Amino acid sequence: MLYSEKVMDHFRNPRNVGEIEDASGVGEVGNAKCGDIMRMYIKVENGIITDCKFMTFGCGSAIATSSMATELVKGKPVEEAVKITNQAVVEALGGLPAHKLHCSVLAEEAVKAAVKDYYDKNGIAYDQEEYASHTHEIVKDRHEK
Amino acid sequence: MIYLDNAGTTKLDEKVLEAMTPYLLEEYGNASSLHSMGQKAREALEKAREQVAKCINAKPREVYFTSGGSEGDSQAIISACRLGERKGKKHIISSKIEHHAVLHTLEKLEKEGFEVTYLDVYDNGIVKVEDLKNAIREDTALVTIMFANNEIGTIQPVEEIGKICRERGILFHSDAVQAVGHIPVDVEKMNIDMLSIAGHKFHGPKGVGVLYARSNVLLTALIEGGAQERGKRGGTENVAGAIGLAEALNMATIEMEEINKKQLVLRDRLISELSKIPHSILNGDREKRLANNVNMCFEGIEGESLLLLLDDEGICASSGSACTSGSLDPSHVLLAIGRPHEVAHGSLRLTLSKYTTEEEIDKTIQIVPKVVEYLRKMSPVWDQLEKGVRKHVI
Ligand SMILES: Cc1ncc(COP(=O)(O)O)c(C=O)c1O
Ligand code: FES
Repeated sequence: MLYSEKVMDHFRNPRNVGEIEDASGVGEVGNAKCGDIMRMYIKVENGIITDCKFMTFGCGSAIATSSMATELVKGKPVEEAVKITNQAVVEALGGLPAHKLHCSVLAEEAVKAAVKDYYDKNGIAYDQEEYASHTHEIVKDRHEK
Repeated sequence: MIYLDNAGTTKLDEKVLEAMTPYLLEEYGNASSLHSMGQKAREALEKAREQVAKCINAKPREVYFTSGGSEGDSQAIISACRLGERKGKKHIISSKIEHHAVLHTLEKLEKEGFEVTYLDVYDNGIVKVEDLKNAIREDTALVTIMFANNEIGTIQPVEEIGKICRERGILFHSDAVQAVGHIPVDVEKMNIDMLSIAGHKFHGPKGVGVLYARSNVLLTALIEGGAQERGKRGGTENVAGAIGLAEALNMATIEMEEINKKQLVLRDRLISELSKIPHSILNGDREKRLANNVNMCFEGIEGESLLLLLDDEGICASSGSACTSGSLDPSHVLLAIGRPHEVAHGSLRLTLSKYTTEEEIDKTIQIVPKVVEYLRKMSPVWDQLEKGVRKHVI
């Protein structure tokens, strides 16, 4: 098997697929040319992410990591959720094949992008540097490899 | 399981296994040995060579057993280049949709100073003979163009290409791995100088192939060793493998017409039913394609997730998506016929065999649209297409 049972479970039964109509923040990252595009919706109430949904165009790993990322951020304070790394997502999934690790980066980026959108919409200040999307560079990086 | 990845490889025919077994269990001697067991193996090997030769209208001494398609492609191309080099000819003509066994060999030669012209295949996946004529130069050493494509099944105008090459005195190699055993191949009539074959594409064993080389073509050995295969391929002969390949090819040649007739009906049903999926498109020429090949793109979805879900539903298929390729680029074949990256991502190849049944095709027709729809529902790309934020390309 290419993927572990846990990854396949999240791929086969992705949690939190769909849109949130009145989302507090929406982030879309990726590059159609590389295959993966991830869109993440968050609903924030009193500083807590109460709901999170996603839509993904990508491989099994991309779908599974999106699903796992939504699980990880749900119920967390925004500042905490935004710190979730792709390694954390991969670990929670019990690992990914090496050539599929890059898909998990998008999950991290998507969460960040959604939070950034939420901050922007609500006039909350944040460190521009930290929230600058790295996706573009990641994608470029992968192309150069 | 519904196995629709027969361009990837095929099931060994039981009759082929039967023909092979005695040479694994009883007459297992080394075909180069002098004793009677060795000589029996030798006789069987030479009989296999004759059988193969007959199926492609060659002479037995022009048939070299190899380890498969990749080896045949490599050896044919390198041999032609070594011959050309001696006469100062360092130009090769090929196409944009060759198998990587050909493309990577050509890349290596380019690093050595050879120049390669890759012919366009337009949107139908077929080279234009006019383009070939225009590409030929004084220093062209080789034309290598595949017989039938492994991804989109398109059949190239090999007979016309062969005629032109012969007239111009240029060596012509064709990777016929997907063609032999599926459509008639006649190296004499088609003026083919070298031809690669792989046993596992027509219900023969894996790891055994044939390189046909016309008697006036001096091959360069890629594997040094003993005097096997007339000194052109060292290593103890894979006797059972060669017998299996020959038996499989013989059967495929006899059954060809009948199998193709049956497959055509199934293939055409698949194409017409799957074309009903909105924003889908067939890849490769509708008519000039192998009777077992269906290759389609579905907009807004990605191939790997499609394959995994089909696998869950009991269907083995293949895709040219970047995510399945191990690299970041989708299939070079789909790009060559003008599919944009994101469309090439949603590609699905279904390839039939003589074992494919009507029921299996019925089931596939039921399942594929459902899976496509499911994936589109969670695709942000499809969402953008539906909302008009992104434009449909197909
Ligand atoms: C067109 C073509 N050429 C070459 C090959 C390589 O053959 P093999 O895997 O036997 O080396 C294949 C099969 O994968 C093929 O489809
Ligand atoms: S999305 Fe393409 S490899 Fe994961």
